[in-house]
Amino acid sequence: MNKIVEKEQLNTNVVKLVIDAPRIAQKRKAGHFVIVKINKKGERIPLTIADADPDKGTITLVIQKVGVTSHKLSLMEKGDYIDDVVGPLGHATEISDVGTVLCAGGGVGIAPLLPIARAFKEAGNRVLSVLAARSRDLIILEDEMRECSDEVIIMTDDGSYGKQGLVTHGMEEILDREKVNLAVTIGPAIMMKFASLTTKKYNVPTIASLNTIMVDGTGMCGACRVTVDGKTKFVCVNGPEFDAHKIDYDEIIMRLGAYEDQERKDYEKFIETLGK
Amino acid sequence: METIQDILKSERQQPWREELRKSMKAKDRTSIQRVKMPEQDPHVRNRNHKEVNQGLTEEMALKEAQRCLDCIEPTCISGCPVGINIPKFIKRIEQGEFLESAKALKETNALPAVCGRVCPQEVQCEASCFYVQKLKKDPVAIGHLERFAADYERSSGNISVPEVKEKNGIKVAVIGSGPAGLAVAGDMIKWGYDVTVFEALHEIGGVLKYGIPEFRLPNEIVDVEIENLKQMGVKFETNFIVGTTATVDDLRKEGYQAFFVGSGAGLPKFMNIPGENYRRIFSSNEYLTRVNLMNAANPDYDTPVFSGKKVAVIGGGNTAMDSVRTSKRLGAERSMIIYRRSIEEMPARVEEIKHAQEEDVEFMNLNSPVKYFADEKGNVNKMMVQKMKLGEPDSSGRRRPIPLEGSEYEVEVDTVVVAIGVSPNPLIPASMPELEVTDWGTIKVDKDSMQSSVEGIFAGGDIVRGGATVILAMGDGRKAASGMHEYLKSKVGKK
Repeated sequence: MNKIVEKEQLNTNVVKLVIDAPRIAQKRKAGHFVIVKINKKGERIPLTIADADPDKGTITLVIQKVGVTSHKLSLMEKGDYIDDVVGPLGHATEISDVGTVLCAGGGVGIAPLLPIARAFKEAGNRVLSVLAARSRDLIILEDEMRECSDEVIIMTDDGSYGKQGLVTHGMEEILDREKVNLAVTIGPAIMMKFASLTTKKYNVPTIASLNTIMVDGTGMCGACRVTVDGKTKFVCVNGPEFDAHKIDYDEIIMRLGAYEDQERKDYEKFIETLGK
Repeated sequence: METIQDILKSERQQPWREELRKSMKAKDRTSIQRVKMPEQDPHVRNRNHKEVNQGLTEEMALKEAQRCLDCIEPTCISGCPVGINIPKFIKRIEQGEFLESAKALKETNALPAVCGRVCPQEVQCEASCFYVQKLKKDPVAIGHLERFAADYERSSGNISVPEVKEKNGIKVAVIGSGPAGLAVAGDMIKWGYDVTVFEALHEIGGVLKYGIPEFRLPNEIVDVEIENLKQMGVKFETNFIVGTTATVDDLRKEGYQAFFVGSGAGLPKFMNIPGENYRRIFSSNEYLTRVNLMNAANPDYDTPVFSGKKVAVIGGGNTAMDSVRTSKRLGAERSMIIYRRSIEEMPARVEEIKHAQEEDVEFMNLNSPVKYFADEKGNVNKMMVQKMKLGEPDSSGRRRPIPLEGSEYEVEVDTVVVAIGVSPNPLIPASMPELEVTDWGTIKVDKDSMQSSVEGIFAGGDIVRGGATVILAMGDGRKAASGMHEYLKSKVGKK
């Protein structure tokens, strides 16, 4: 049982939960994730750890409402308990002083990007961040990203904040201007696909952190399998980060939708019960 | 020192055993026919999740127990990986002392209700039974009787808690709560150790919970056996991955003096053929975990599972049988086993194959998938299968399947479950580079003590064997517990 000690609504669809998990808070590094299961009847879902406080023994999770489980999580309040939280899982990001690091985050992907940007900054890198979302209210954790970035470019699809355009436009602005040694991209699979096509053009080594369907998250079920460089890999134990230029994004997008029909029906049913 | 043989002999000489032996002539005993396990009707059971085997009645059990000759040399015991005193527990049944029978089982076996259901007795204790060896008759139904005694005790509400020695204060950690880990915990707690079992998942039981389906082993039964270990003082920590949540070194600092790694199977194997990552192609681990551990078939639970009308399961082991029989219960019209060798070479238990056949599973032997096709959404809708023939025996002693060129044909499917085995779980070895592993990633151990290359760290079950049975894992666990006990005695210098 893990207590929610703090809750913050980052926008209408995204909440930040600070959760009591002392052991995980001690061990967690940038790039790690946890598996969360709300209650007895809940499903197991992977969530990247956005932040941690080893002294207080807490970890921070950022959740976007997209289906039944994430919606249920977003309705939980300070003082509530989550039945199961396990981790840290996956390989931590390899952090070193490489020079200039371009961090490209889309939507709720900005949350897992934050600890990585922070770690690269602490290691002495120049950190340039591009944060992208459909509109202004979907840009999250801007202040925190600014704190650990030398520069932040905001891109919105509708131009309601920052510059109008896609994440790739902001990335190109930087890549055209200066030498970048490493890029990191986290966000929806389709966004990571185009972000990595962009950095490939500029020959900049790039890592992408993948979020796939998982059941156990410990290397047992194989639901998270992806094709990297023509080989099947498991995101939970081989990842979650891979060479962005070698990932088969189309396969990821296809596999992410594996339960879309059932998930949509379940979600509609759930929303109905909320109205009652 | 008293040997196990001495103990068995002196127990056999106890008056109640002598009396029972005299109460019936051997000829009368051997003329009794072996009991048949009552089963649910195949066409009813393949639409529900209730247990297939219904268990023996008292009457059946009493009669079957009479068949056992209480041999001077009980060869059956040598066939049991955990060394159950088989004649003793069976004679307790014959005597009508069912609770005493359960106690006898629990002297060496922490999970009798589980073993009575899922052990391959036909190749272990029952294969070594005097009836088979000397009389060429059906063996005593040791497995059915084990289940009977364990079930009787459970439903009596009078569950005995085995005697535990005075606490010695020595902390030991068991990593993984599957059959190997539970066997270690059961022995170590009896010997007075302070035992904590660490489990990565949210439920205790490992493969007994996520792998073996309800219709073979109800979770409720596993829980009762776990509760018994808790009563004995075993502590359990779920959601704890040793290696990441805390390392072995962290736990050493917290006072743990010896470790048993029973982290089990890991990465599912795939065939690496085109289209294998299409949607609705699952590993058996995923398919079974969704249904068994996450209750996905129950709409009250949040986890989804897709299971279609035309299901192909690739493989010939018990996991393949569990998967294909599960697919029937989830509404499949056509459930197929696709296996590259003939039915005789299938590693699954004979009983599982028979049950699957009765439940209308189609066996497509000497066939192997070569390619999958999908619709525009990526949902698998067809597979190409190639016929095989059997060649010379390979290193496993089984005849090697050889593809027949030009024999490819297509089968319509909407769900595929790949059940061709697993590689060992990589998490522990990855967190301990000093731990020696084989080329396959299994942990190397001394075969007597089960100690690994690192002092004080023992291992057993699938992480050592790469993929075996519940009872072999439990046998490893018992051996490792003895090894650990010896190690700690010499290290700590006290019992």
